Amino acid sequence: MDLSSISPTLLVASLMVAATPILLAAIGELVVEKSGVLNLGVEGMMIIGAIAGFAAAVGTGSPIIGFLCAAFGGAALSLVFALLTQFFLSNHVATGLALTLFGLGLSALMGQSYIGIKPPASAKLDLPVISDIPVLGPVLFSHDITVYIALALVAAVWWFLKYTRGGLILRAVGESHDAAHALGYKVVKVRIMAIMFGGACAGLGGAALSLVRVPQWTEGMTAGAGWIALAIVVFASWKPARVLLGAYLFGGVAVLQLNLQAAGVSIPVEYLSMSPYLITIIVLVVMSAHRNKAALNAPAALGRAFHASR
Amino acid sequence: MLRLEKRPNPSKTWAYMAPVLAVFATMIGGGIMFAALGKDPFEAIRTIFYDPLFSEFAWYYRPQLLVKGAPLIMIAIGLSMGFRAGIWNIGAEGQYIIGAICGAGVALAVYPAQSAFIFPAMIFFGALGGFFWAMIPAVLKTKFGTNEILVSLMLVYVAEQLLASMSLGLLKNPEGFGFPGSRNLQQYASAHNAELWTGTGIHMGVMFAFISVIFAYVLLARHQMGFHIRLTGESPKAAKFAGVNPKRLVVYCLGFSGALAGLAGMFEVSGPSGQISIDFNVGYGFTAIIVAFLGRLHPIGILLAGLLMALTYIGGEIAQSSLGLPSAAIQAFQGMLLFFLLALDMLTNFKLKLASAGSPP
Repeated sequence: MDLSSISPTLLVASLMVAATPILLAAIGELVVEKSGVLNLGVEGMMIIGAIAGFAAAVGTGSPIIGFLCAAFGGAALSLVFALLTQFFLSNHVATGLALTLFGLGLSALMGQSYIGIKPPASAKLDLPVISDIPVLGPVLFSHDITVYIALALVAAVWWFLKYTRGGLILRAVGESHDAAHALGYKVVKVRIMAIMFGGACAGLGGAALSLVRVPQWTEGMTAGAGWIALAIVVFASWKPARVLLGAYLFGGVAVLQLNLQAAGVSIPVEYLSMSPYLITIIVLVVMSAHRNKAALNAPAALGRAFHASR
Repeated sequence: MLRLEKRPNPSKTWAYMAPVLAVFATMIGGGIMFAALGKDPFEAIRTIFYDPLFSEFAWYYRPQLLVKGAPLIMIAIGLSMGFRAGIWNIGAEGQYIIGAICGAGVALAVYPAQSAFIFPAMIFFGALGGFFWAMIPAVLKTKFGTNEILVSLMLVYVAEQLLASMSLGLLKNPEGFGFPGSRNLQQYASAHNAELWTGTGIHMGVMFAFISVIFAYVLLARHQMGFHIRLTGESPKAAKFAGVNPKRLVVYCLGFSGALAGLAGMFEVSGPSGQISIDFNVGYGFTAIIVAFLGRLHPIGILLAGLLMALTYIGGEIAQSSLGLPSAAIQAFQGMLLFFLLALDMLTNFKLKLASAGSPP
């Protein structure tokens, strides 16, 4: 065992990369849940984004087109969820599960010919001088652009929900769809837009996994990342800034356990690999133990179907 | 313009019709998918739904229907109880794995002793393993209000890692020349979940699957617990006034489904699969979710849906070897089935009405 081989600078730097897929998916899901919709299909949308982005990037040689296609793929799949829950008024939980099961199958189907291929490398931020500052340079200024896109997205969502009229309407729909409907807001329209935003974010998150983090395509490569994103939204009690905290915390755990595996700690690999999932459970327990605090902040109409009788 | 009108009571006709129509819609949707993959859609659908039952080799595939259907039915029966009451155990795959590890662990611990008590002990510990694995989300939900969906699902990944650790370490076959995986229980008479009648595919797990269907049917129709489950699902407020203890319901529903999933895993590992290996589980725990919904969360419906889903597994395997249809296509096909079912389900609760020009939108 050689713990000194773990460099704190690299650890923090790789933590930010590791957290990005989950962060993207979680911030999208936060908007969806704020509109009162519980989409459990994050895992499915993520993996569709992963393969759609991978295929497009390999096909065109451009990671940017890959990311665009990933967002489009995730949004397209989420449209199925929107159609079923908003027009066919199906159960949110069951439909979300269906989305995940279908997404895992479809992605495996789409990805058959892409196993073992390397995707084109995406652009890294490279500012002269600043990126070369010791410690701060590698930690803050020399990442893949997706890391910054994710951070910008968190800030944008925070600003949108807190300071814009659109954000206020979205929150109103999520708190009480009947009241929002009575005020003349288009509940279904708002929710569909939120669902598609969530889908696009999850798709981007998937592509961040297959094009940047891994970068490779393997079947079922999300391995629960979508579910962890869902857990992070609960952990964050539906606050964007805390989604960032949660995602970086989980990124940290994931990276640390990988580093410990590489350093040859005497704990068996399998038990280290369990740790992100176990920590998710522990965090969920701690959060829900202060039930009143967390529950107060959950959107009141979360997961309830809306049907305007008139 | 079409508009929806809520029915005062769910339509019985549509409750039966929706799954049947969903299967047909999936055949069409799946056919389009297969055509997009460059396969003849009619041949693919025939291979999946017709060949396992009536082709020249059907004598081999028909018993497989029971072998593959039994775990699906058993797990889905357990899940349906919770789903009815709004308790979402979606970690059956994990409970299945733990049940298999515990059941096989008992046998491997006493190997090579032969005794009539070994198999019953395996059944007991298989169920117990699944039960305790499901108790983790149950207790966390009742004590802390933790979301059981996320916890039970996270535990699937934990169970998979535990399975890897077991098949590479503790339960590894010492005479296996270093290959991962445990001893083959099919070669260990006292622990082998053998066919009860040769050539029928019926093993002890199939019997348990049938028993669980009957048990669930009686529980729901005749027992107070079943009444509480149905009441909570249909009207949580009414259930509260009727004195239903929601926490006890969570423990019962999760425990019941966990034990059944554990049993299914144990029967699988001691019979058709034979050994604990890294990938002996093939996702029955997730497919069972589709089975439960397709069967309308009703025991008899689940029995039929489980057999149908087993058919798509077997047909999918045949299509894989004869048509070169990728195995993932079947997974997408099964997911599609659930989509169509959920969409058509709307007709159970709502009426489609043509809105006339003068009526409000």
